[in-house]
Amino acid sequence: MAMEATKLEVNHCDFYYGGFRALKDVQVQIPANRITSIIGPSGCGKSTFLRLFNRMNDLIPGARAEGEIRMDGQQLYDLDIVELRKRVGMVFQRPNPFPKSIMDNVAYGPRAHGVRDRVRLEEIVERSLRDAALWDEVKDNLDKSGLALSGGQQQRLCIARALAVEPEVILMDEPASALDPVATLRIEELIQTLKKHYTIVIVTHNMQQAARASDYTAFFMMGEDREGYLVEYGPTREVFTNPKDRRTEDYITGKFG
Amino acid sequence: MIREAYAKELQRIQDEVMLLGSMVGDAILKSVEVLKRRDHEGAKCLRKADREINQRRYAIESDVLTLIATQQPVAGDMRVLAAVLEIATELERLGDYAKGIAKISLKIGDEPLIKPLLDLPVMAQKGVDMLRRALDAFAHRDVEQARQIPHEDDAVDDLYDQVYRELIAIIMGNPRTIDQANYLMWAAHNLERTADRVTNICERVIFMVTGEMVEIGRKGVREYN
Repeated sequence: MAMEATKLEVNHCDFYYGGFRALKDVQVQIPANRITSIIGPSGCGKSTFLRLFNRMNDLIPGARAEGEIRMDGQQLYDLDIVELRKRVGMVFQRPNPFPKSIMDNVAYGPRAHGVRDRVRLEEIVERSLRDAALWDEVKDNLDKSGLALSGGQQQRLCIARALAVEPEVILMDEPASALDPVATLRIEELIQTLKKHYTIVIVTHNMQQAARASDYTAFFMMGEDREGYLVEYGPTREVFTNPKDRRTEDYITGKFG
Repeated sequence: MIREAYAKELQRIQDEVMLLGSMVGDAILKSVEVLKRRDHEGAKCLRKADREINQRRYAIESDVLTLIATQQPVAGDMRVLAAVLEIATELERLGDYAKGIAKISLKIGDEPLIKPLLDLPVMAQKGVDMLRRALDAFAHRDVEQARQIPHEDDAVDDLYDQVYRELIAIIMGNPRTIDQANYLMWAAHNLERTADRVTNICERVIFMVTGEMVEIGRKGVREYN
């Protein structure tokens, strides 16, 4: 693991919602251009962990992080939040396209960041839709509403929307849990092609998805006090063939959930 | 335990391996008995038993594949199933050795033996004893036992060398014994291989419990991962 360049780094991080500590002393190094999956039972802090990286937890009153969270060695809290959100994109569980055309959905981010040139915008939209493996299906209907697409297409549209601002990291919070199995496999395939250019962190309830689609796996659990903590982190093929921690073994083999 | 049906099936498959192992051990002991007494009926029974051994081996393989396809086992459970596939194959081959010895008995027919069968039953007893303890190590996840058993292979090899030298001496004394001596050599070879296959089973038990891929030989242990 030490051989890979680190993109995101969390050191002795605790995260609080008011008086409640949701994450306890988390230490992780997430490698660049790899897919890292976060697994664990409900309530173990997976999503809270994911949202550390774009500071989305900060929107909740009373929420605060302690310890170090770094991107490319730089403290996240030293970065401008607009700059951070541009560099760290996010895809959510339910596809959430804007009630706008496909074109406007994808162009939304670049426009917000000041791109006005129509030709430039069209280029960005085409590239983003191609990278999201949606271009061939929508290229003749870019004026159609994003909401008219199927669930799987909508999710790929949301991925295209995230790609349009050329982020470095893409966070995905159960990106396929609302999709049918075929659409799920398409998203997983897509993620594999995206890792060439992006660092991907994905929360999933689907252990087989973590096993199939990720390079590294982090397993979180919830303690007696409901605090989430990291149990094991390592290359996915090792975590799923010979986990080091008994609790990981019990969880992934379904002995508890 | 939240996947009860799955856990039960995983255990049932392992119980099937134990049952197959016990059938195979009995067949090996019986085959040497049959050879000693030239029990033609017994030899035919062993052939029939071998067919059942083969069937059970394929049933285990099929159940393992079904469980993989339907339940997506991982980690320790997956290693159990990988070990089961290998061990079932080893057991089926061990069954073939018993059948081979029964066949030798039929080939020798009612001809008197050129030597009293003393070492072959000892080899069989030793090999089957190793097999039973290897299966015990499998059932109890006993890595230490699995690491120890293969060292006993040397004793079986020594017995084999002894039988070999003895048979060569008999052939040299009376070349007309060559056919039967060859048959007995073949039987001894099967028994010598028995202990080798038990070593393979032990290696699989070690893999199943620890994830280590090792080969235990005369010169020591070689690691592959």
